[in-house]
Amino acid sequence: MKIRKLRSAALAISAAGLAVSLAACGSSGPAGSNVSSDSATMWGLTGGNQPVLQKSVDDWNQANPDKSIKLDFFANDAYKTKVRTAVGAGEGPTFIYGWGGGVLKSYVDASQVDDLSTFIKDNPQVKDRYLPSVLKNGEVNGKTYALPNNNVQPVVLYFNKDVFDKVGAQPPKTWDELMALVPKFKAAGVAPFSLGGQSKWPDLMWLEYLVERIGGPEVFANIAANKPGAWSDPAVKEALTKIQDLADAGGFINGFSSVAADSNADQALMYTGKAAMILQGGWIYQGMKKDAADFVRSGKLGYTTFPTVSGGKGDPTNVVGNPSNFWSISAKATDAQKKAALDYVKDGMFTDANTDALISSGAVPVVKGIEDKLAASPDKDFLTFVYGLAKNAPSFTLSWDQALSPAQGDAMLSNLDQIFLKKISPDQFISTMNATIGK
Amino acid sequence: MTALGSANRGVRDAGPSGWLAVPALVFFLAFAVVPLIGVVFLSFTSWNGLGEIKLDGLSSWTTVLKDPVTGNALVVTAKIMFFSFIVQAPISLLLGVFTAGGQKYRAALAVLYFLPLLLSSAAVAIAFKALLDPNFGLGPGFNLPILAQDWLGNSDLVLFVVVFVIAWQFVPFHTLIYQGGVRQIPTSLYEAAEIDGAGRFRQFWNITLPQLKYTIITSSTLMVVGSLAYFDLIFVLTGGGPGYSTRLLPLHMYLTGFKANDMGAASALGVILVVIGLGLALILQRLGGKNRNASQLEGA
Repeated sequence: MKIRKLRSAALAISAAGLAVSLAACGSSGPAGSNVSSDSATMWGLTGGNQPVLQKSVDDWNQANPDKSIKLDFFANDAYKTKVRTAVGAGEGPTFIYGWGGGVLKSYVDASQVDDLSTFIKDNPQVKDRYLPSVLKNGEVNGKTYALPNNNVQPVVLYFNKDVFDKVGAQPPKTWDELMALVPKFKAAGVAPFSLGGQSKWPDLMWLEYLVERIGGPEVFANIAANKPGAWSDPAVKEALTKIQDLADAGGFINGFSSVAADSNADQALMYTGKAAMILQGGWIYQGMKKDAADFVRSGKLGYTTFPTVSGGKGDPTNVVGNPSNFWSISAKATDAQKKAALDYVKDGMFTDANTDALISSGAVPVVKGIEDKLAASPDKDFLTFVYGLAKNAPSFTLSWDQALSPAQGDAMLSNLDQIFLKKISPDQFISTMNATIGK
Repeated sequence: MTALGSANRGVRDAGPSGWLAVPALVFFLAFAVVPLIGVVFLSFTSWNGLGEIKLDGLSSWTTVLKDPVTGNALVVTAKIMFFSFIVQAPISLLLGVFTAGGQKYRAALAVLYFLPLLLSSAAVAIAFKALLDPNFGLGPGFNLPILAQDWLGNSDLVLFVVVFVIAWQFVPFHTLIYQGGVRQIPTSLYEAAEIDGAGRFRQFWNITLPQLKYTIITSSTLMVVGSLAYFDLIFVLTGGGPGYSTRLLPLHMYLTGFKANDMGAASALGVILVVIGLGLALILQRLGGKNRNASQLEGA
């Protein structure tokens, strides 16, 4: 008797659970004013550019009720997983947000994104608005598959001027100066560098810049081109050794491998004075402007280029980072969605209002001829610095984890984490990574 | 009367109609067997999640079996399984026995103990991550250098931190199971023991523990097999790091599939996970003896 009761109870519970999960499938978020189920869909990233993108799409929907866009936001790491799974299942958004590089290539190889070459040929004003070096990152096999959609994001060395004044130090111009600063800051009880090691990708910025300064852009170009043994370039080993030297000297903040960059804890360590410097992307300026408004406004935030390395072959004005983020158009979207999407790309993006909004959020839009606008901004020093960095750089290398195929990128980040923790040697890193070439 | 009685008896002996099992079977087929077949099939293919799925023989299996990260993930999984069992089993047994008593204060304490059970793994992980932060967490907050360790960034320490957080989250659940088990023990046994002059410890050792045999097996099965599924908590808490020090098998499977986009290798890992889980569950059930599922209570 008891058993029978139990069984029926279990049945009832599972039926109830099923009903709840089915109901959950049916519900959808609150619909916008004129957004319908056949609207083009767009997935953006939370963070600095979120309000700017939201406003741009809201304005567009207001003016073009027949070509409306439904916009959702996701956190960076979660988005990267979600969008790929969704695209693979044929459920991706009309607008696919991306970084270019190896990930874009995998979409192209799987025929998941539309070739936009004809579109930009028919609409020369679209092509003309971009900085040419940035536009290139949306090309695969000489065809355009993705168009830049926001701001140029080189990696910058930020520092806390207060802390530097207290110690009586100058921002490092060379690697030797940087190493010499480490004991100085440690003696003053300040960590020399903040680092969001748990997120792994912030580690990569160190490797990217060191390899760039030591060996020049060709080293990574060979790796990205899948040349056999490309990781064995001596510049890679020297860069990895330098990273371990810096870690040995106590250059990175205590517990860096449990600091997450996605929660902005790494930048907080710098502006609260717990760390003197941080190597991070141009994209964190927007966040600091919001989270540490006084610190940024009172001019305590310093920024400079990555130091040179003596004997290095790389041009010291070369930069690494993200040239921009991009929109690709899903090949699986309906014709109406595609039309709405392309019309938005043509007329809704980088309107004067959109460009101004980007600038006032503390970002540098990837469009030509905005020097005057930047100079008129309250953030003119930083924005002009970043714009100059991107415009004058002979080479702008895309973040390696985006440039490589996802399998290589994942192996690289995991092994680099081991390098920072001194769990493996540079030689082990190089041989592991050589084995991933072509994967 | 007799006819009616025997008819009733006949129905009882036959048990509930077999049709009652149909919905369960359908769901089991649709949500367990079919995907499992799919995963086994995928483990013999190569697929990056986007393009076409190509049969690729044993290449995913050789990748997985040759990869030192897989071996490491197995070791991490075994360690977490072992330590979380060693920590959780005695605590939840004692707490369960304690809270089974009728006193009011025990009921009040029990409510407190069970609170972690109400939180989702993600919430637990985020809260502990904030508390354990070496720069902004509990230690620096209260100026307690002992607590200001690099809990989640030290490869030697992090595994034990993970075991602690797992125990914090799941001890209440197992306590609840034990509490239920203890309450099922007939009080007549204790009354008899008391008359015979057995003390508290004697009663616990000679009555409670043996009577809880099947509860212990159930709870241990859940603990051991459950540790194969500690994914969400660790994913949010450490992401498998630092390095590979908390990358246990399910997390390794997830990262291989959805970060490295190697669905073939991830499927092979999934098959390994299923085999290990089934093996462990079978061993633990064997330990329970033949009549493990029969009730020990009179009249049920």
